[in-house]
Amino acid sequence: MLDNLPRLPLSEWTSDFVRWLTSTFSFVFDPINDYLGALMNWIINILEFIPPVLFILIVMGLSVIFMRKKILSPILIGIGLLFIYNQGLWENLIDTTTLVIISGLISIIIGVPLGILMSRSNTFEMIMKPILDLMQTMPAFVYLIPAVAFFGIGMVPGVFASVIFASPPTIRLTNLGIRQISDELIEASDSFGTTPMQKLVKVQLPLARPSIMAGINQTIMLALSMVVIASMIGAPGLGTEVLSSLQRAQVGPGFVAGLAIVILAIIIDRFTQTSNSNK
Amino acid sequence: MSVIEIKNVTKVFGAYNKQVEQLLHNNASKEEILNETGSTVAVKSANLAIDKSEVFVVMGLSGSGKSTLIRLINRLIEPTVGDLMIKGKNVAKLSAGELRQFRRENLSMVFQNFALFPFKSILDNAAFGLEVRNVPKKERLEKARHALELVGLGGYEHQKPNQLSGGMQQRVGLARALASDTDILLMDEAFSALDPLIRKEMQNELLQLQQKMQKTIVFITHDLDEALSIGDRIALMKDGEIAQVGTPEEIVTNPADDYVKAFVKDIDRSKVLKVKHIMRPANPQENTGANPTIDSEELLYQSYYLFKNGVGELTVKDKGEVVGIVEFEQVFEVLSVGNEVEEDVR
Repeated sequence: MLDNLPRLPLSEWTSDFVRWLTSTFSFVFDPINDYLGALMNWIINILEFIPPVLFILIVMGLSVIFMRKKILSPILIGIGLLFIYNQGLWENLIDTTTLVIISGLISIIIGVPLGILMSRSNTFEMIMKPILDLMQTMPAFVYLIPAVAFFGIGMVPGVFASVIFASPPTIRLTNLGIRQISDELIEASDSFGTTPMQKLVKVQLPLARPSIMAGINQTIMLALSMVVIASMIGAPGLGTEVLSSLQRAQVGPGFVAGLAIVILAIIIDRFTQTSNSNK
Repeated sequence: MSVIEIKNVTKVFGAYNKQVEQLLHNNASKEEILNETGSTVAVKSANLAIDKSEVFVVMGLSGSGKSTLIRLINRLIEPTVGDLMIKGKNVAKLSAGELRQFRRENLSMVFQNFALFPFKSILDNAAFGLEVRNVPKKERLEKARHALELVGLGGYEHQKPNQLSGGMQQRVGLARALASDTDILLMDEAFSALDPLIRKEMQNELLQLQQKMQKTIVFITHDLDEALSIGDRIALMKDGEIAQVGTPEEIVTNPADDYVKAFVKDIDRSKVLKVKHIMRPANPQENTGANPTIDSEELLYQSYYLFKNGVGELTVKDKGEVVGIVEFEQVFEVLSVGNEVEEDVR
């Protein structure tokens, strides 16, 4: 009996919808593709122009500024980066870093305001929650397909897929951080006559800061993992090495590229975490 | 002239429909209304008039509606019915923008758990009310510093709240309210989270400050001793209703109902009643030369040591003039009344 039911043509609808989006909004996607692509190439060119030795010293110096007391961290960071250079993966590192930074920034720029809106409206929170669940649990590869439809192959579709995959933690934790502020502090703010904007900027955001920063840290780590997957649609970087090793069944190069990703992940994680705990 | 007038104010949490209205009209109890409609009546037809420069204490047990009442005054909680006249303006009718402006200029509040902003320095916390009003930085820090000195926290400006003890944190809370320089100070169980000794100290300091500042203070507490020692007048609340309003002496000597009676039975009356409340008037011709003298404003317990050496009566003076006589028997009688009440209740 169940077999007699016609199949729900959801996949056709989805395909049609994406095709419609692509053709209708090409006037939006195309400039994004052009300008964002140009911006990223420009950043990559600058970063690659800096001699690796100088680059490593700058990163070590920044880590000293951020993590004042520790001597060990800058040294380990230096060794890690030297290792990546030594393995001939420097350009891939720069590509991946640029992709992560751009995807992370876009995720934050979109995510924090969405989180704020969610904290202000229970209805909006109710609508957003299942959407965020979907965004996080849908296998990451699936985002690559519409990304290619919209932007072709290359860095920009990689950024697009990363933003969708990586922004939920920032949205969720911004919402949570603001909702968790104790009633008494909100009453204190209101009782002195704050406008909604004053309350947001002077009270809610500073109080939610640790939570928001934890969300941003998660977002950047997810962006890194997605940037690696995005190598399948031509996003350059360390992921490309992993992918080609996989296709040729080369254990050695695959392990080395994987290790380079781990080192980059640890460095990015330490930077985003200490900027959280320091201030 | 009253600064704050609460006129027939009712607050119902939950649905407020015809049924609730009818039940309230029929004077149904809080439980009845909750059981029949699911709505909670937090404050029921409250009427209060609070005078300028008085310390008005609202006293009640938890759930009596006192915290709701104080939040109705600055509309942190919206009244369901009724008018709130503050300085001649009906606060219940202000728009959101007008209410903000009104709060900034007229009302400041001190909270039970201090409600300081942990990411701001003590100085910036104290300056918050002024920062909200967009007072230039230099001026607001100057005023905040002055307020901190008033509450005895000079020198702590650059610490963060969590580096201070509870008592000190509440001083910051008080300084924040004082720095905004409003006439009305709302204090919600402001000293309840403090140790007994610190609490006593803060009460005394508040009274000393009040002599200088002459603000209108609405003070919420569940502690009767606190209410009696700092209140010029006290309102006792029970189940959202105001059971009695009066001076500490009135509450103690003339409780309005059994609830108030039961409330005041255990307190030390000699620390509430003053000599002037029990003395009998004397005419200036009466020869009282041999008696020890006591000021009419002294609390009763301060007469004990004068009676020590078999003295039978004291001469009461007010500003050097003989105004009355207080006898040993009178003092004894007044103090034993408290114990009678206790017998009744048993």
